[in-house]
Amino acid sequence: MRWRGFASLSRAILRGFLRDRAAVFFAIVFPLMFLVLFGGILGNQGASEVELVEVGQVRLFDELPAGAREAFEDTFEVTRTDDRAEAIELVRSGEADVAVEMDGSRLVATYTGTDQVASAMTRGTLQAFVDGANLAASGRPPAFDLEMQRVEDDSLEAIQFITPGLLGWAVAMSASFGAAATLQGWRQSKLLRRLQLAPVSTRTVVGARVAVTVAVALAQMAIFVGLGAAAFGLQLAGAWPMAVPLLVVGTLCFMSLGLLAGAVARTTEGAVNMANFLVLPMAFLSGSFFPLDGTPGWLQAISRVLPLWHLNQGMLDVMVRGQSAAAALAPMAVLAGFALVMTLAAARLFRWESA
Amino acid sequence: MTGPAIEVTDLVKVYGELRAVDGVSLTVEEGEFFGILGPNGAGKTTALEMMEGLRRPDDGTVRVLGLPPWPRNADLLPRIGVQLQASSFFERLTAREQIHTFADLYGVPGAQADGWLERVGMADKAGDRVEDLSGGQAQRLSIACALVHEPEVVFLDEPTAALDPQARRNLWDLLSGLNDSGRTVVLTTHYMDEAEVLCDRVAIVDHGRLLRLDTPAALVRGLDAPTRITVGPGLLDPVRAGALPAVDDVAVRVDGTVLTTRSPAAVLARLAEAEQLDGVRVQTGTLEDVFLDLTGREYRA
Repeated sequence: MRWRGFASLSRAILRGFLRDRAAVFFAIVFPLMFLVLFGGILGNQGASEVELVEVGQVRLFDELPAGAREAFEDTFEVTRTDDRAEAIELVRSGEADVAVEMDGSRLVATYTGTDQVASAMTRGTLQAFVDGANLAASGRPPAFDLEMQRVEDDSLEAIQFITPGLLGWAVAMSASFGAAATLQGWRQSKLLRRLQLAPVSTRTVVGARVAVTVAVALAQMAIFVGLGAAAFGLQLAGAWPMAVPLLVVGTLCFMSLGLLAGAVARTTEGAVNMANFLVLPMAFLSGSFFPLDGTPGWLQAISRVLPLWHLNQGMLDVMVRGQSAAAALAPMAVLAGFALVMTLAAARLFRWESA
Repeated sequence: MTGPAIEVTDLVKVYGELRAVDGVSLTVEEGEFFGILGPNGAGKTTALEMMEGLRRPDDGTVRVLGLPPWPRNADLLPRIGVQLQASSFFERLTAREQIHTFADLYGVPGAQADGWLERVGMADKAGDRVEDLSGGQAQRLSIACALVHEPEVVFLDEPTAALDPQARRNLWDLLSGLNDSGRTVVLTTHYMDEAEVLCDRVAIVDHGRLLRLDTPAALVRGLDAPTRITVGPGLLDPVRAGALPAVDDVAVRVDGTVLTTRSPAAVLARLAEAEQLDGVRVQTGTLEDVFLDLTGREYRA
């Protein structure tokens, strides 16, 4: 009977969640919109090409060796014209980034400074081509060689950073809202009291609520990772399965935050607003939306006392930074500690009935 | 086990300055339909919640089926059914899902849940979400959920509050059959007529105190209340009516002229002689008169 009661309560809670359009929207659709938005915008940034207008014949470009030729074509999108004035005008109007012509052995590039990234890239790349051509013309082997290596996986793109952070935010939101709204709603309708008089233990009721929230969190993870991998080229590091227990502990932590809000607030709306008030700024300060590397030190110090920061860091470590599974243990301990403290506080403030 | 279904002795609950329940003692027999009647704030719900085991009495004792309900008594819970004042439902479930969830919690077969849905007349609303039910339908479902495990004692806290008169009367038909199979029913209400119609015995409470406890008929009989005879409007000249022997008082109302008397037979005979009996209504005391007599003030729910 205990198992039947647990299963039945879980089913009732899950149905209540799935039929609550607003809850489903904020738990899944809303964060996914951010994933698509960020994935779409930031994912394409590196791929944008510099528009180059070639005036007349540019000998340097024609004589590029095969390897350099490939790099050249990756960087520049080339159009040709014989009219110098027209080419300059295209650059001035912003339709092209740079116009290039040969003046004897001199390469003359006319560029616009409006897009600083593009202009810096253009200058650097053209300089490299000129240097390379000079070196080739001298017939001597190069004295130095450069090899670039990135610490992260080769394919590291924005999506790698965005997915774990947004997933952390989504889980924090749905776990805390769900717990806060359930506690408040059940208290107001006296369902808490009704269940108290049914032969079902508090443990079973709490267990069912936790089971549903954890199941929703894992579904969020499956959807996020699935979409990130399928549509935006997300690649998971080897220790990613460790993100599952990490996410479970994170879910418990944010459920306890929701319980605390639900215990303090007087209405369901108040409880959800309070949870929102806590979670949304926390998401910003925990690097869910953008990395905190460029922020002042005091801000980063604050972020380290927020549970979501620990969840996000742990998820980044095991999902994309390629760290070992053990990297998730410290964040898990921190999150469990937060969960314990907040649950105890919620239990102290708990009231059976709305005042 | 034989013995009373519920035994309450010197029950007290205090909230700050307020003695919400102030020394109430009563006994409810097995199979009885028992009413706790009083105006809002009289302490009905607080008393009921102590019997259910939701609140700890500050003083006195409660025994339900011979067992103490407080603290939460797992042996007692499957044997009692409760309907609380609010509609305590799981959000966004259908009526059928709702009662099946409760059936699962009590470990009874789903067919029994469907049976109760049928019995309270909600079978055709089984697929409706609880949020879409009318007040009367929600109360029916709530009662069915309280009874799904066939409890020996069922507590109903103001099941007809906030219903329109028609819906109330419809619900009475359902409620009146609940103790047929020997089940004990305890109901709180602030409607005098409801207690009169449904209850075997009624406890009248006010300011946390038990004022009187008896069958509705005995309560009214003991009142020695005058009879009110209402004659259709315009049929009777109030001044002449007041001059009739045995008429103690005359009042003109929209629905007719009301004569108060302690000898209704004599007054009716005079009216018959004058052929003024058309649409006449005769009313002896009601529980409202009992309340007035006990407290010295008009009953206001």
